[in-house]
Amino acid sequence: MHGNGKPKTMSTNDHTASGAHYLNTDRGLWAWLTTHDHKRIGILYAIAVAIFFLLGGIFAMLVRTELAAPGETIMDQDQFNQTFTLHGVVMVFLVLIPAIPGILGNFVLPLQIGAKDVAFPRLNLASWYIFLVGAVMALCGWLIVGQVDTGWTFYTPYSSDSSNAVLWLTSAVFIAGFASIFTGLNFIVTVHKMRAPGMTWNRLPLFVWAIYATAIVQVLATPVIGITMILLFLERLLQIGIFDPALGGDPVLFQHFFWFYSHPAVYIMILPAMGIISELMGTFSRQQVSGYTFIALSSVAIAFLGFLVWGHHMFVSGQSAISSIIFSMLTFLIGIPTGIKVFNWVATMYKGSVWLQTPMLYALMFLFLFTIGGLTGIMVGVLAVDVHLHDTYFIVAHFHYVMMGGALIALIGGLHYWWPKITGRMYSERAGRIAALLVFVGFNLTFFTQFILGSRGMPRRYHDYAELLERFPEFAGLHLASTIGSFILAAGLFMILIYGLHSLVAGKPAPKNPWGAVTLEWTHATTPPGPHNFHRMPLVTRGPYDFHLADEVFGPHGGNGAAEELSTR
Amino acid sequence: MDDQSSIWLPEAASTFAEDVDGLFYFILAVSVVLFVAVIGAMCWFTYRYRRQSDADRPVPFKESKWVEASWIVVPTVLVAIVFTWGFRVYVKMGVAPPNAYEITVRAAKWSWLFEYPNGVRSNVLHVPVSRPVRLKMSSSDVIHSFFVPAFRVKMDVLPNRYTYAWFEATRQDTFQVLCTEYCGQQHSMMLSRVVVQSEDNFQAWLRESVMDESMPPAERGEIIFAQQGCPTCHSVDGSAGAGPTLQGLAGSERAFTDGTTAIADENYLRDAIIDPVAQVVQGFQPVMPGQYGATLTTEDIDALIAFIQEQ
Amino acid sequence: MAHHASHSARHVQAHFVSSEQQFDAAKLGMWLFLVTEVLLFSGMFVTYTVYRVWHPEVFAHASELLDWRLGGLNTLVLLASSFTVALSIHFAQRNEKEKVVVLLLLTLLCAAAFMVVKYFEYSGKFAHGVFPGAAFAPHGESHGLEYAVYDVPYAAQFFSIYFVMTGIHGFHVLVGMGLFAWLVTRAVRGHFSSAYYTPIELTGLYWHLVDIIWIFLFPLLYLI
Ligand code: HEA
Ligand code: HEA
Ligand code: HEC
Ligand code: CUA
Ligand SMILES: [Cu+2]
Repeated sequence: MHGNGKPKTMSTNDHTASGAHYLNTDRGLWAWLTTHDHKRIGILYAIAVAIFFLLGGIFAMLVRTELAAPGETIMDQDQFNQTFTLHGVVMVFLVLIPAIPGILGNFVLPLQIGAKDVAFPRLNLASWYIFLVGAVMALCGWLIVGQVDTGWTFYTPYSSDSSNAVLWLTSAVFIAGFASIFTGLNFIVTVHKMRAPGMTWNRLPLFVWAIYATAIVQVLATPVIGITMILLFLERLLQIGIFDPALGGDPVLFQHFFWFYSHPAVYIMILPAMGIISELMGTFSRQQVSGYTFIALSSVAIAFLGFLVWGHHMFVSGQSAISSIIFSMLTFLIGIPTGIKVFNWVATMYKGSVWLQTPMLYALMFLFLFTIGGLTGIMVGVLAVDVHLHDTYFIVAHFHYVMMGGALIALIGGLHYWWPKITGRMYSERAGRIAALLVFVGFNLTFFTQFILGSRGMPRRYHDYAELLERFPEFAGLHLASTIGSFILAAGLFMILIYGLHSLVAGKPAPKNPWGAVTLEWTHATTPPGPHNFHRMPLVTRGPYDFHLADEVFGPHGGNGAAEELSTR
Repeated sequence: MDDQSSIWLPEAASTFAEDVDGLFYFILAVSVVLFVAVIGAMCWFTYRYRRQSDADRPVPFKESKWVEASWIVVPTVLVAIVFTWGFRVYVKMGVAPPNAYEITVRAAKWSWLFEYPNGVRSNVLHVPVSRPVRLKMSSSDVIHSFFVPAFRVKMDVLPNRYTYAWFEATRQDTFQVLCTEYCGQQHSMMLSRVVVQSEDNFQAWLRESVMDESMPPAERGEIIFAQQGCPTCHSVDGSAGAGPTLQGLAGSERAFTDGTTAIADENYLRDAIIDPVAQVVQGFQPVMPGQYGATLTTEDIDALIAFIQEQ
Repeated sequence: MAHHASHSARHVQAHFVSSEQQFDAAKLGMWLFLVTEVLLFSGMFVTYTVYRVWHPEVFAHASELLDWRLGGLNTLVLLASSFTVALSIHFAQRNEKEKVVVLLLLTLLCAAAFMVVKYFEYSGKFAHGVFPGAAFAPHGESHGLEYAVYDVPYAAQFFSIYFVMTGIHGFHVLVGMGLFAWLVTRAVRGHFSSAYYTPIELTGLYWHLVDIIWIFLFPLLYLI
């Protein structure tokens, strides 16, 4: 499986962080804003997404605070409805969909396949600007045209006859969609055409496979949300009567359109996260990732199956029973390729050498939380059970376990893993562990309680539950616990932000290969990488997880720099 | 907490609630087993194969075809079982027995109205115990969803077609009805109750509730006012809700968003009920449903006006 | 590995190894973009199909109002323009600059002709109150058709779909015109040669797609 030729390019041995690299050449704001360098564009995404995540998080905290106690706590019904709408829209369209492809896909993918850049660098920069235009429109809409309170799902007819600001927000989503399409298109072409010599398909790191599968979904699904938003826009503007029943349209048709995109979109969020986990499990177990082919192809299988299950959001919408039955069956099929991944990740640790550094803590946390999220996904995919659970907090808990507990936790883990590569600095390992603990405890307290709330009957998108307490007295305590949990979670996330920023100015310079990793970005590029990534074009001679390579390139410690640091402290 | 409920599910009070619960607990159990297996292995490996020294160089192990195959086969078998079971319960929940008693449900922002075969209307759902009841549901504005946790029943209510739900209550009690499809401002206030009664009590209630034509109009108006769900938005005690209070309304001068004013006489009240968005009172949104002109009879409207004039 | 294939050529960007790699990448990128375009339109085709299945008689009836002669004319015009683009690529490969310019101009002309015909079609409809959406109120008569009889439920949906589909298609034609105008100016300045004609090739691909979509739109809306 692996060739055993010596690495041809040993450019790594002689460089230190003080050489010329992509951060210290071409300084200045203007150089950054007009850069075509995929690494810098990755950082531009990181900054934008972090800001939007902070905003989305603030909206979430407002929602939780309102729900902490029965009755009106800090805002009225309208404000509440607007807040959870903004929370959902920001988190989905401005955070999770662009996050991993935009930040880590951009930074890592070209490095991992040995390319100097993505195929279309200018388009890459343009994507970021398009994304920003969409994002700013979405966020500033309420200043200009007023608030939207439709929920992130924009169901008609509510959305076709409530506030006019819906027009504005749907345009914003439409524009942000283009950014996603262009990013996906760019990555597909990059993976096909820009691989270094010797980088065959079965030597691609699993992160690349994952981003590739994601890109396919982005390209195939996003145009559908585009046309849906156009139709919704025209529905409001001209009353074309496609979705609005008052004009002879059909509201359920809208739901089909919406979920035809939005279900695949959840795989746009989770597939790249799974790619990160594959990298982390391999490196921190110092073990070849188990079932390489299975993991690589299951990404593609998930991407494909993801297009066939949208109707599981509509079991009680009035769609025909036959459709519901078919959709339910297909939904379960997705559990199988996902299971293959999960089992293989665990198997990777078997007989490995498991090193519990912060990135690995997040990888394990991902396994824990995502398995819960995924299994509850199967639960709500069961027809009879979903009838009871649909549109309750059980669903809210399910999707936070997969989106926050899965995708975002993986992103945070990935950021810790590549942080030394990106910034040239180490963060504080101790702070990292404390924050991880806070996040883990806070997250479970926030969202596990919501499973119970939901299966006991608490509907979602409820501003108030005071009147329910008579028959459901337990709601009060559960909601309060959830709110407390969310504050612990927020504390953990803020801690990450703070020690991350702190490390930029005061962090120790990063060793060449702190984790003893063996993908090209660690073995063949400097830390941080030079402006053109590699001094010489890498020549790939073996599979992606052969950990001997680290010893060959970096000597006996395998470049295991962080370990040296730790043992001398 | 109710003695019949568990940690996970609320009290169960319909014939198929038990089927749903059984299925729920089965999947929950399977999920817990899988979860414990996965996370147990993860924790064990983390401990057993923890890195002892930098010099650890684990030997890649050979993957077993059998293990890999079992990862595919076992989940496939499990989901096949779960699917079949879920499918059977779903069919049971979907098909009402032919002898079911039919009640019409009208949903509107943000109230429920239940109509009985003999013309009685109520915004609380009364049903007989141990008799299948079929709901024929429609909405006059946006999508709502009818949810009774205790019955494990939920169905969206659409504006352009009828949807159906059915259940057979097993116990005489009062249960919560909720709206679970987001429908705007007062989505969380769109609540009602199901009162499950013995057949005799139910029949008696049906008889009593038939509107007596000889009642004074204002009294009938009071009943209609409650039945139609007007109190969701209008108080009669001076406090403002989504709509203006009706206290002291009759005869006062009203100011509208377009700058005009009018005296609240009988004709004004009539117009305000039949075509509420034509003139929108200052300080309020045009959210009052427009269907009353069509769903209420002239007598009903007269009675409502008489009631409002007494406030 | 074609190591030093035209490595120094002016048009090869720094991150590409060779001119071929750059050309292949651009072409694959364009194909993917066309896939997204197809999906965008397929959303509308689905809408069309759904409503046609629900209200077949209304759709058959309402489509009588569209003039198949104008639609047919436009089909011919677009087909001709696809042909001229293909030829212009052919001549670019042979370094025949003048022919490239002329053919691109012809394509531009065809596209313009298409839009002119569309203009007459649309204004003819508007004159009789056939608007998309709520303003739909057909009246009057022309070439033997009494418009008012089309004022039936769901006819408005047919025309909404007609206007949305042809409108978005027309928008694509306008974009194509912009691209051809740009290509003409570059061709005149001698930017293209047998070594480098990627922009013409890619715009050509785009233009064929615009053509193909019309080939589907025409029978669905005008004929059946
Ligand atoms: C990252 C996002 C993400 C991901 C990855 C998933 C993954 C899955 N989701 Fe989720 N889902 C959402 C985001 C996501 N979902 C969102 C946002 C909503 C709500 C939208 C809204 O209404 O606002 C939603 C709602 C939702 C519903 C609708 C519920 C309702 O509204 O009534 C359903 C129903 O089937 C569902 C199912 C699933 C399934 C089966 C998976 C599967 O992919 C999970 C597969 C994983 C596993 C199964 C675990 C690991 C596997 C094993 C350990 C092996 C053993 C497995 C078996 C034996 C099966 N999801
Ligand atoms: C990515 C997706 C995502 C994420 C991460 C979250 C995160 C959170 N969500 Fe989210 N939520 C949704 C997606 C998401 N949500 C969606 C789609 C809906 C449905 C909306 C609808 O119904 O229309 C929803 C709805 C929803 C509800 C239900 C509202 C209702 O139905 O009435 C609730 C209630 O508790 C809730 C709570 C939270 C909380 C407490 C968090 C917390 O985890 C948030 C914690 C985050 C912070 C406090 C910010 C800290 C950030 C920084 C400090 C920046 C630094 C950066 C880095 C560390 C990189 N959410
Ligand atoms: C969804 C909330 C809602 C419901 C339900 C509702 N209304 Fe209203 N109503 C309003 C609002 C808001 C206004 C003020 C805006 C306007 O004039 O349209 C209003 C105005 C009125 C007025 C004029 C009041 C004034 O101050 O001039 C009358 C009379 C009235 N409603 C009667 C009724 C009756 C009778 C019913 C039940 C059959 C009813 N409403 C149900 C929201 C509601
Ligand atoms: Cu009605 Cu929510
Ligand atoms: Cu889904």
